[in-house]
Amino acid sequence: MDFSKYRPVIGLEIHVQLNTKTKAFCNCSADVFEMEPNTSICPVCTGQPGALPVPSQEMYDLGVKLALALNCKINEYTRFDRKNYFYPDLPKGYQITQFFHPIAEHGYLDVNGKVVRIRRIHLEEDAGKLLHAGDNITEADYSLVDMNRCGIPLAEIVTEPDIESPEQARLFMEKLRTLLRYLDVSSGDMEKGAMRCDANISVVNVETGKQSNKVEVKNMNSFKFVEKALEYEFERIISLMEKGEEVERETRGWNLNTKSTVSMRSKEEAHDYRYFPEPDIPPILVKKEYIEEIRKTLPELPDERLKRFVNEYNLSEKDAWVFVEDKEVADFYEKVVSKTKDPKETANWFLTELFRLYTEHGRENIKITEDDFAELFELIKSGVISRNIAKAIFEECALTGKKPSIIVEEKGLKQVDDYALIEEIAKKVIENNPQQVETFRKGKEGLFSFFVGQVMKETKGKANPKTVNEVLNKLLRGN
Amino acid sequence: MERIIDKIEFKKLTLKDAMKYFENYPDSDELVQKSLDVIEEEEKVLNAFISVNKQACRGIPIGIKDNINVKGLETTCASKILKGFIAPYDATVIKKLRSYNFSFVGKTNLDEFAMGASTEYSAFGPTRNPHDTERVAGGSSGGSAAAVASGEVVAALGSDTGGSIRQPAAFCGVVGFKPTYGLVSRYGLVAFASSLDQIGPITKTVEDSAILMNIIAGKDENDSTTVDRKIDFTQFIGKEMPKMKIAVAKQSFAEGVEEGIKIKTQEFTDFLRKFGHEVNVVDIDEIKYSIATYYIIAPSEVSSNLSRFDGVKYGLRLSSDSLREMYEKTRGYGFGEEVRRRILIGTFTLSAAYYDAYFEKAQKVRRVISKKLSEVFEKYDFIITPTSPVVAFKIGSVSDPLVYYMMDIFTIPANLAGIPAISIPFGTVNSLPVGIQIMGPRFSDAKLLGFADSIEKSYRLRVASSE
Repeated sequence: MDFSKYRPVIGLEIHVQLNTKTKAFCNCSADVFEMEPNTSICPVCTGQPGALPVPSQEMYDLGVKLALALNCKINEYTRFDRKNYFYPDLPKGYQITQFFHPIAEHGYLDVNGKVVRIRRIHLEEDAGKLLHAGDNITEADYSLVDMNRCGIPLAEIVTEPDIESPEQARLFMEKLRTLLRYLDVSSGDMEKGAMRCDANISVVNVETGKQSNKVEVKNMNSFKFVEKALEYEFERIISLMEKGEEVERETRGWNLNTKSTVSMRSKEEAHDYRYFPEPDIPPILVKKEYIEEIRKTLPELPDERLKRFVNEYNLSEKDAWVFVEDKEVADFYEKVVSKTKDPKETANWFLTELFRLYTEHGRENIKITEDDFAELFELIKSGVISRNIAKAIFEECALTGKKPSIIVEEKGLKQVDDYALIEEIAKKVIENNPQQVETFRKGKEGLFSFFVGQVMKETKGKANPKTVNEVLNKLLRGN
Repeated sequence: MERIIDKIEFKKLTLKDAMKYFENYPDSDELVQKSLDVIEEEEKVLNAFISVNKQACRGIPIGIKDNINVKGLETTCASKILKGFIAPYDATVIKKLRSYNFSFVGKTNLDEFAMGASTEYSAFGPTRNPHDTERVAGGSSGGSAAAVASGEVVAALGSDTGGSIRQPAAFCGVVGFKPTYGLVSRYGLVAFASSLDQIGPITKTVEDSAILMNIIAGKDENDSTTVDRKIDFTQFIGKEMPKMKIAVAKQSFAEGVEEGIKIKTQEFTDFLRKFGHEVNVVDIDEIKYSIATYYIIAPSEVSSNLSRFDGVKYGLRLSSDSLREMYEKTRGYGFGEEVRRRILIGTFTLSAAYYDAYFEKAQKVRRVISKKLSEVFEKYDFIITPTSPVVAFKIGSVSDPLVYYMMDIFTIPANLAGIPAISIPFGTVNSLPVGIQIMGPRFSDAKLLGFADSIEKSYRLRVASSE
């Protein structure tokens, strides 16, 4: 198939769980991850007769914060609406959302120089979870409803169809996650469902200008799957277009096992959600002063920080993004640099040693602190330990949390810098290797490193290489 | 020693006097006992109560419309779909009443989910009018009105979405007050049409309504549509009121209003003039749009509000192999005909294809009606109409829903505009009570109650002197 004449047109709808203390419309705790089913519930979020929703100010604040970071215009008049449909995980028979007047519109996010426009951001409540007694919904004898998640606040971000490749869709999602974490409005954790993504994709034949119908893709619960599912869908649509077949307007789900998308429902079966203004919540009039107050709470955002890392720490843009992308890492890096005063060397240790340990042992198990870094750097600089030994100490410190100086002490890893001791060892090495000494003296200069190596071996690597050189120079060359 | 009151005395007992009695004899369960006695006697005929709480604690006996949650008691909304549902929490008004030593002796009958004007649409049978038990008590708060009129309780709470407090009060010859929207918390009131619903008192006197309002009103953190206004609803009770400018709606004398009602309304305006008030007939033509507007907005909200009764969480469930069929069977059987009719109307008026033509248009007309009423209130203190164009009719005599809907013509505008309105008894036609409605601008509740109180007292004096 000739892919080159086809171009995908992709737009995303992303649901982000907001990090509020309470649920969107009641005082139940919103921190329900792995909680016993139906333990964070009340008359409001379980839709008891007569219960009424009261919108959370915190949800609103976080939504506005997110919208400002995505360069959106905050609407002065905003309101909640009801989206009506029946499902057992939706206790009221409607979802409170924002259909007519969302909190914000017309923003954008820069993804590696590509500007993806944000159409709108609106607030809404999450539904509950169904647990089927059986392998799947159709064969289950019965289903149980867990309402802990009912009423958890979500921000839905809708992009314009500006995304030009499945990879760019993934990069958008990753950039968005970074932003969410900087703002501390959401964990952005796709695997835990704190961020969920639906995509709309259509394909344009650039030669003929013909554009396929739009297909909606759901169930992509990791960054990788966003890319994989869209790649699959892109190819599927192309193959239909090549055959001259109509691309059906439908909703398809990513199937993890078959690594393909399967049809969920066609557009003809689409619901009429009968949206109308939520009469239980008065409209909200947003004041300019309020928006400015929220703007003041915005932290330094990833793009700004990247620029600063390049300028202030003299890092390449690529290395700098590796840190900045992960707020926790970037914060830690800055803490360490403030102690070591050596951005370049700190970056090297991060990129080689620290990240390796993160991958091997999991970040939460790495205990090294900025003070440990400073101590380690000092031990190297003052010649107490060699660079090689420093790596071993770093690893132990990172895994146990022991101070580098204590590890050096306990294991006797201190560099041997005693001239007389090293001379004694060197003499013994020369004595034990008469053959090599002779060859060396005949002019095979390359053997010098052999003697250095032997001395290091005898001292278990602890000898100060500078002193070893000095001693051997004297003994072998007489200078 | 407590003072024993006899049954006849109890039946006439006002809330004001009952509160005084309870203050004097706080350890007495006399009032609740008397109330339960009268209930036992009257319920043989009236059917004002869906459930009676024989374990009611001592206090001031009050009837609660059975769409308001009282923790631990059944809330049925007079529907099969909620049969067996025990309220897991107290409505805000109930919490407030508890702190004033009220005792909930029973849950009163209503049209299913408060949709109706006769209490005939109750899954538990119609409530009979104490003045003529062949006739309806009105609705939807017919149980509350009949319970107060028959003396089963000293007062009751109703809810009013299009006249459901005022019309049964008129039919039963008692006082019914619908407050300004937002003054009384709706938390715990099973929603019918959220933007119109308001809880209010049904009492024997205007003063009792004002007393109850002081207890149940107030900003509620559980209801974001409540407003923060400190009002003493009794401030003008018993005070001499200044001369008022009053508009009597020309529509009060239009076709479709019973002759007897027209005559009583005319008599009322003459009565007001006699006391020095200025009364002018004002054409409020927009009133005629209120029924069409209401019967789009209310069903729209109903179709959404009643979605939660789906057989999943509480109340009735008719099991089935498929989820869809479970919904259909449960809701098809659980809801009565009128409720189903309104759900269907609302589902239609909110559908994407008809939203603009119906719901959106109705919202606009609602604003037009509100604006018109505001204009009248720029020139007049109050607007008066009969509460209902008819007196209490015979049970089973009205079958056309449109005839029913037309009966709300005078009461609906107050709900659409969110303004306060009261129905006070003003004599009878053929021994059947007639109610006059007085409407005031938003938040004029205290003044309205004060005015109604002065009229009521003057009228009583006149009746007493003529006897």
